Amino acid sequence: MSGKYKDVAYYPGCALEGTGHAYNRSTKEVGKALGLKITELKNWNCCGAMEVKNVDPKLQTYLSARNLSIAEEMGYKTVMAPCNGCYHNLKKAEYDLAHDQNSREVTDRLSRKAGHKTYEAGKVETIHALDWIKEEIGEEGLKARVKNSLNGLKIANYYGCMYTRPRHIFPEKDQGPGSESTSKPHFMDDLLAAAGAENVDYPLKTACCGGAHTLSDSDTSTKLVLNLLTTAEACGADVIATECPTCHTGLEMHQARAEKVFGRKTKVKILYFTQLLGMALGLSARKVGVQENFSDSMDLLRERGLY
Amino acid sequence: MGGARAMSFDDIAARLDAIVAMPDDALVAAAAQQADELLALGETVLEAWVASRGETPTAQTVEGFRLLALHRQGARGEPSFNACRETCRELVYHHNLVRLDPAHTDTARRLRLGAMVARHLALFIGGKLEVAGLGEFCCASKPLRQNETSAPAETVRQ
Repeated sequence: MSGKYKDVAYYPGCALEGTGHAYNRSTKEVGKALGLKITELKNWNCCGAMEVKNVDPKLQTYLSARNLSIAEEMGYKTVMAPCNGCYHNLKKAEYDLAHDQNSREVTDRLSRKAGHKTYEAGKVETIHALDWIKEEIGEEGLKARVKNSLNGLKIANYYGCMYTRPRHIFPEKDQGPGSESTSKPHFMDDLLAAAGAENVDYPLKTACCGGAHTLSDSDTSTKLVLNLLTTAEACGADVIATECPTCHTGLEMHQARAEKVFGRKTKVKILYFTQLLGMALGLSARKVGVQENFSDSMDLLRERGLY
Repeated sequence: MGGARAMSFDDIAARLDAIVAMPDDALVAAAAQQADELLALGETVLEAWVASRGETPTAQTVEGFRLLALHRQGARGEPSFNACRETCRELVYHHNLVRLDPAHTDTARRLRLGAMVARHLALFIGGKLEVAGLGEFCCASKPLRQNETSAPAETVRQ
């Protein structure tokens, strides 16, 4: 344990209060089981998501900066965001505030207007839930805590497109051994392998899930997801592990839609990596919210002694 | 690496489906050619994207591959296009795996996975072509929403 991330601010973001509730629940439960403390940001706001970012990128920078400012005011040096979209936006705000004078000016103006301290780049570090566990507990620490090995479970780790892109907003990645890779991310693979799972070599781990098209152009999303699912099955995976609520929901909903609209049934199950880690740590499937998933993995989990 | 030029996206999808469905021995019998064809299909997909932006698809290579040069060209001024950067690299990787050792016991599987990767590239870019003019990073729904409130944007036909 490095101690660096033992006590961090927690930014769940909007998705984890809605469709990604199981991710919220399992992240908190895993943290508790690992002895890590998280404190939710007080009065946090939307990170700006894609909607605000596309209309007014500077406003998105401000919205994310406000969350970072709250973390700073609460006395935290680190904020952990499990959602890829939130994680990406906080990192992007950090980058923009460090490199763009106009972003600093707009953020300062809006912060004054809103009556809170203007966030300055470099005060708070944003990490993903993967960084949190990988850095603070590590593979060896995790192995020592496993009570219910994921042994025999074949997993395709799916990171989605926002966890590593664009590269320049993630300066800590691609720093050699031990750091995360933007071209071939592996933190989720490392953690789940430590929990006993067998990771398959999945060639679409950072490919687009069509998440942003989900409501507006469903057929494109369904075809992209169907290809992700069939490729995972071709790789021999029982489960696709996710670390983004948008990807997760997209995979689940379009798995069902692919069967309904295109008559293509796939069997691969979809679970958050925190749910898998939680069960490996001895937490019940219910405790990590498996019953909240749309993808029904109960039979598989029972078969593998995890339920 | 001919054979894939001037194909529509539907033709490309059908060809990739056919490769995925081929029996192992048929795939292995012409492994090198199949690997080259997958790469060529990927190039055709990227050419369509570059051409739709009014540019001439490059003949240059990056790290020895035109596919990667085309991706770089297609991503210029379009950060969201990087969402297929690793898909292109995976396609090259699977091509190399087969080309370096066509007699490997895993060759048929590698070709099928390569075809699935190429299919993802085609689906991703096909989607982007349909919704010309995209969001800042991800393939966001901004233009589609704009279309709901203003005159329809010109749609690029495949």
